[in-house]
Amino acid sequence: MAETQTPDGPYDASALSGPTNNGRKKDMPNGLWMKCPSCDEMLYRKVVADNDEVCPKCQQHFRTTGRQRVAQLVDEGTFEELFTEIQPSDPLNFHWQGKKYSDRLAAEQKKTGNTEALICGRAYIKGRRVALAAMAGDFLMGSMGSVLGEKLARTVELATDEMLPLIVVCISGGARMHEGALSLMQMAKTSAALARYDRAGGLYVALLTDPTTGGTTASFAMLGDVIIAEPKALIGFAGPRVIANTIKAELPEGFQRAEFLQTKGFVDLIVHRHELRSELAKLIDFTMPA
Amino acid sequence: MNQTELADVSALGFEKEIAALQQQITELERGALREDKDFSGEIRVMREQYISLLKKTYSELSPWQVVQVSRHPQRPLAKDYIEMIAKNFTELHGDRRFGDDPAIIGGLAKIGTEKVMLITQHKGRDTKEKLKQNFGMPVPEGYRKALRLMKMAEKFNIPIVTLIDTPGAYPGIGSEERGVAEAIAVNLREMSLLEVPVVCVVIGEGGSGGALGIAVGDKIAVMQYAYYSVISPEGCASILWRTGEAAPEAAEALQLTGERLKELGVIDDVIEEPLGGAHRNPSEMGHNLEQYVVKTLRSLKRRKVENLVNDRYKSWRAKGKYTEGK
Repeated sequence: MAETQTPDGPYDASALSGPTNNGRKKDMPNGLWMKCPSCDEMLYRKVVADNDEVCPKCQQHFRTTGRQRVAQLVDEGTFEELFTEIQPSDPLNFHWQGKKYSDRLAAEQKKTGNTEALICGRAYIKGRRVALAAMAGDFLMGSMGSVLGEKLARTVELATDEMLPLIVVCISGGARMHEGALSLMQMAKTSAALARYDRAGGLYVALLTDPTTGGTTASFAMLGDVIIAEPKALIGFAGPRVIANTIKAELPEGFQRAEFLQTKGFVDLIVHRHELRSELAKLIDFTMPA
Repeated sequence: MNQTELADVSALGFEKEIAALQQQITELERGALREDKDFSGEIRVMREQYISLLKKTYSELSPWQVVQVSRHPQRPLAKDYIEMIAKNFTELHGDRRFGDDPAIIGGLAKIGTEKVMLITQHKGRDTKEKLKQNFGMPVPEGYRKALRLMKMAEKFNIPIVTLIDTPGAYPGIGSEERGVAEAIAVNLREMSLLEVPVVCVVIGEGGSGGALGIAVGDKIAVMQYAYYSVISPEGCASILWRTGEAAPEAAEALQLTGERLKELGVIDDVIEEPLGGAHRNPSEMGHNLEQYVVKTLRSLKRRKVENLVNDRYKSWRAKGKYTEGK
């Protein structure tokens, strides 16, 4: 049976040609050095971190945590985080093979220091006030559950009420299956909130990073007035393995990568991570000058 | 005794006893005819047994059994409902951009007393038709056609009814190239603002985003033995259990039946099915569907447009379960 959803499972390291876990390898426990999975260059970790997690040699964009992403985008010290009181529950009492969703949530919270897979609030970007929501790929693969939907909907409503430009950073394995159809409904809920923001005249910029898939792509990720992607980011609805299994054929080179989507007409701009802030500022000045 | 309760339906794995009893009854009836004997007493007793066994079995179906019933090869499909309850159905084709997706069938019709724009997902019955319908898995053009028809309905103030039955949107190269994710996303956004009543009914499989793409409305119903899920039980099983064979456990965990979804606030209504499932009595199911659609539309049509749209937003805004602590 063909799967159209790609919840947190399918994106194991082998499914992606790009780097995972910031390119860190298990045989480098102190994390002092890393090998770029794209160009094989040995890199000093600190240099990579100072370079916004981009390979200084080949410009491969590595994945970042949600916190790193916020820090990279906003003017230092201006992020006012909101809606942290919205916490996940385990509405289905979901368990499998002796494992429990509630335990998994607790472990992810401990690992990331976040309550959920979305970090949101008000911030300034090059002096422009914005509403910002950044998915945290480090939290259960950025999967979309009830909390993510609620926090994003509130951020969109905040942007509508205060007429702020809205920036949403996407990184997601899709809807979170541990909350069943409740997760699925978040696609419509967030899209409905965006409909009102759209009609109110707000600028919505969706920033798609590696990987953006499943229900996230089929809702708010594809609804930006402007859709920006990072170079080589995997962007799609169905996961590449699911498609390969369905059509029983090899996928074309570069399929579902940012550059491919741009040629197909679904991405406005591919922007280097170093240029994101100035690109966002430019777009805001064109459309919603203060 | 209703004749259709003995309908010639193929038995599902958990219906062996029912099927055996059904065959015995049929043989006895034939024997009575052939030998001109009166077995009516025996037949009556066996029929009563049959009915009570059917009732018992269907009152305790597991979620996985519900999934099996929702995919029963003789379960009524969208086209069957169109034939049964959509009078003067005028099919409208194409998305005006690229093509016409056969997996989504839409057009103008009258259901009971109500003029509607009917938009359906049709899986196909035999192999040939299934291939033509792509097994009910829409491509982007299907969602764009659906939206085109919905906007047309809005223009002429005609309410919208959607019938959902899909394993999911089609995961293929062309589907991705032409932006199936964008097509679904735009439908979610635009359906939330439609200024006419929208009633959505899951008649078989409600397969994730592919189902949701035509299922944002004022009232969402799921038939008693249909399911609606974020992922198929097989898909969930293969990811979390690492084997598709754990689908029964995954179906249980996903809580994908109408009754449970209503408790969770995901849907509004469950439409009752005939004893033993829609496939045992399609015309009764058609009648139940028509009743539901007509009753629901009449009540929605009384609302002022701005209240309708505001309430729709509120109802979708409220979907989801979380805690809000300090």
